[in-house]
Parts: sequence; structure tokens; C-alpha cells
Amino acid sequence: MIHQVPMLVIGGGPAGMVAALQALEAGVDVVLIDDGIEIGGQLIKQTHKFFGSEMEYAGTRGFQIGNLLTDKLFSFDNFKYFGRTTATGFYEDGVVTALKDNKEYLKFKPEVILIATGASEKPLAIPNCDLPGVYGAGAVQTLMNLYGVMPGKKALMIGAGNIGLIIAYQLLQAGTEVSAVVEAMPCIGGYLVHASKIRRAGIPIMTSHTITEIEGDACVERAQIVRVDENWQPVPGTEKWIDTDLICVAVGLTPLIDLLWMAGCEMKYVAKLGGEVPVRNKQMQATIPNIFVAGDAAGIEEASSAILEGAIAGLGMANFLGAEIADYDEKHNKYWNELNSFRSGPIGQRISEGLKFVLS
Amino acid sequence: MLKQTGIPTKEDIEKILPSKQRREKGAYVVIECFEEIPCDPCTAACQYGAILQMENVNDLPEADYEKCNGCGICIGLCPGVAIFVVDETYSEEKALIKLPYEFTPLPNKGDVVPGLDRAGEEVCKAEVIRVQKHPSKTNIIWITVQKELAHEVRFIRIPEI
Repeated sequence: MIHQVPMLVIGGGPAGMVAALQALEAGVDVVLIDDGIEIGGQLIKQTHKFFGSEMEYAGTRGFQIGNLLTDKLFSFDNFKYFGRTTATGFYEDGVVTALKDNKEYLKFKPEVILIATGASEKPLAIPNCDLPGVYGAGAVQTLMNLYGVMPGKKALMIGAGNIGLIIAYQLLQAGTEVSAVVEAMPCIGGYLVHASKIRRAGIPIMTSHTITEIEGDACVERAQIVRVDENWQPVPGTEKWIDTDLICVAVGLTPLIDLLWMAGCEMKYVAKLGGEVPVRNKQMQATIPNIFVAGDAAGIEEASSAILEGAIAGLGMANFLGAEIADYDEKHNKYWNELNSFRSGPIGQRISEGLKFVLS
Repeated sequence: MLKQTGIPTKEDIEKILPSKQRREKGAYVVIECFEEIPCDPCTAACQYGAILQMENVNDLPEADYEKCNGCGICIGLCPGVAIFVVDETYSEEKALIKLPYEFTPLPNKGDVVPGLDRAGEEVCKAEVIRVQKHPSKTNIIWITVQKELAHEVRFIRIPEI
């Protein structure tokens, strides 16, 4: 059986959820599929208060934003949700296939599709990086904040972007000692307030340092770090072994764009947006007219921007389907103004520069 | 320096402190937010309007120390956990510091705990004089320290039992 649906949202993170809400409010029937155990994407693991402004729920903790959006979605009768469902293919006839609960294949034929698949973590290729005890930052958060499992006793964080800094703090809150945050760049990449709050709690942040090797018999026991010079070369004599049973890798994200490739959307490599990203217009519509994008799949950024992009895309999709939205222009402009204001500071500059290559 | 280590420098701190006259009048807010990031909940947090409205959400926060009475409501509402209150008039020798604390267990009133500076180094013993539970779960701990450490101590460690 093929599910004929007006709107299919792939990915139940902040972008997908907010897009679904916009369309539902405009009276569109929405089906959302998500591969997670719970709807909410990365939001459900975020215990810190969000930055931004009121429209992006600033000051509210991430998981609470997830709960809020979930409650709103399920209050609509015309919302249908498939959990533990992974989109596996996009076919020439416009059919999307998905695997539910690892056993049942589903087929959808949507009139319009949102790809809000988020991002995947970049790996770290160094000797013994396959030992148990080397985790991606997302896995560490899942263990701690969803399953209540301590991932280790003494951690070493690799990467001082927002994810590395935030999770170092959460590890400390969970009772794990954190030896250091190691960052190869000469400066901290994440927000300085996140850096300051872990520094005053006693976690050193070692910029211009990198991890070179991991050792251990059956699992991680220690790691070697070294200072790097301005050409990223290790400085001899600065090697140092640190005892640790948990190496948390937070060295960046890359957009999850496989479905966009399969569909044949025009893509461009934009380093400032984290990798290959879809060319899109101001409605967040890709170069194939019935495919829209939002969130990290469209370029690595904050959850707050994903929320706004989701709102713009959802509105655009409802409009594409011919739903009557009396204040369409007003809403569209409001979300864009908010997004532009969000991106107007020094932090958002990188995003704005990257968008010049893909936003028409 | 701050960008390499996460530790604000003396110069960073001096830039955000109110005048000497204001400091001698009583408690005031210290907003240790030195980077333009898109964030503005502090501006709505103060019912006295002591944290000024921003033109752009990326602006640095700015306090009106004439309106600030050091109540500390904003401490629990800053997503960056970057707001403190200092009262240098607390007593002859001691200053009061109100700091955000998102760890468990919470200290108890009367506990004497290690006072840490912005680098996480222990610089004194601090007395906990009040534990204020905040609905945001960013609780506020009131400690007293020697006056000369009023702008050094920014965290506490609860010794393991």
C-alpha cells in the first residue's frame, strides 16, 4: 500500500516539528516520520537553556521546548506520526520508502516533502579510535540524559565548539570528572559563556592542542595530547598522556543530505555551512519544486535557527499546497526578520556568508 | 585570553563594573557576558528595567546600575549562567556574592566550602549564607568572602562526603 499524503516531513527535530505545526495550523494534513525512539531529535537531550529570543523559546531548556512542540503537534487531529521509522529511499516516481521498527517497509507518495534530517557527527581518525570508550558527543548525551547511564568516570572532551563545551558541563553535572577540553584551533569555537562556566568549575580548555593516540587493552585507558603550532603541526616535546576511560568526540557536524542527493536536488559544497548543502530559495524550497529543506540538513547552525527555518519552510509548503493563509507575507517576513537578526552578529556572519552560495 | 582559555581577564571585568560610588551603595549586578551572541532573555528578566533593551539580539547586555537593586532575579534566567550579584557593603570585612549553581547536591546554609576563581582554582573558604531555589533549576547560592575577593570568587565546590 502506498500512503498518499499531502505533506511528508522527514525528521522530527526542531525544524521538522515547527514546519509540521505551521502546516497543520494552515489546515494541511501532515505525516511526520522520525528514526528516533522519541520525537524531538536532539532537543530531547538538551538540558541547557536555549539562547536566542522569545520566538525561539529562549531561556527554556531544550528538552522542555521538545515537550512543548510535541504536545502542540499531537493536539492536531490531522497529524500522523511514525516513530522509529527511517527514510531509506527516494524514487523517481516521487515515492519515499521507509523502514519502521526495523521490520516493516512503508511507502509514501507525498505532494510535498520536507527534508529535515539534521546532521551526522564527524569522526576522529587516530590510532585506536575504535576502542570501547570512544564516543561521539551525541551518544554521550543520549546515554546520560535519556538513559541515565554514566558513560565513564573520567572524560576527555575533544572539541571546544558549543557541543563540546555544553557536554563537558553536563558530564560534570552527571558526576563524571572531565580532565580537559582539547581544541586544535587557537581559539574556543563555542560561546564564551559556555567556556567560562566550565572553566570556573575547574575544567581546563586547551586550545592549540590535539589528541594523537589512544591506548588501552580492552577499552580506553589513556590518551596522548600534544600542542600544535600555527601550521597544525605537533610541537615535539609537548606530548602528554592523560588517564581517561571516556573520549568524547565533538569535532563538528556535517549535513545529512543523502535523500536530497537521491532526489536529484542541486547541491553545493559550502564549508561555512558544514559540507554539501541544497540550493534553495527564500521559501526553503530546493531546486525540485516539491522538496523543501530546513535545519542542519540545510547547513549546520543552531537549533534556534532550525526552528525559524522550519517555520518558513512549513509556511511555504502549506502555500505550495494551496492552503489559504491570509497573512502569509506578514508571517514569512516576520520569520525572516527574526532569522536575519539572529544571524546579524559576529557569530552568524559565517552562516550569512555561506548562504550567499546557495540561497536565491 | 578569554578566547583561548575561557577565563575573562581583569580588564574584561573592570570594563563591566559600575562606578566606585555605586559599588559603595550596595548590591549590584555583574553581567559577565563579553561576546556578541544572539541572546536576550536577560532584558526581559528584570522587572525594574535595569538591564537595558537591546536594539539587536546580538548586542552585549548593559545594566542601569541606578535601577539595579541587586535582587538577583536575572541570575536564574540567563541562559549563559553568566550573571552574578556582588554586595561589597555586606559587612566590614566581607562581601556577598550571589552565584548561579546548576549542580547537585546543593550546599546547606552555614556550610563553609571552597571558593573558586574564574579558572576553577580554590582561593578561599566561602560561607554559604542562603540557598535560593529557582524555578528555572538554575539555583542561586549566596556566599560571603573577604572583600578583596569580591571580584575573584565565581564558583564553589561542594566537597564529596
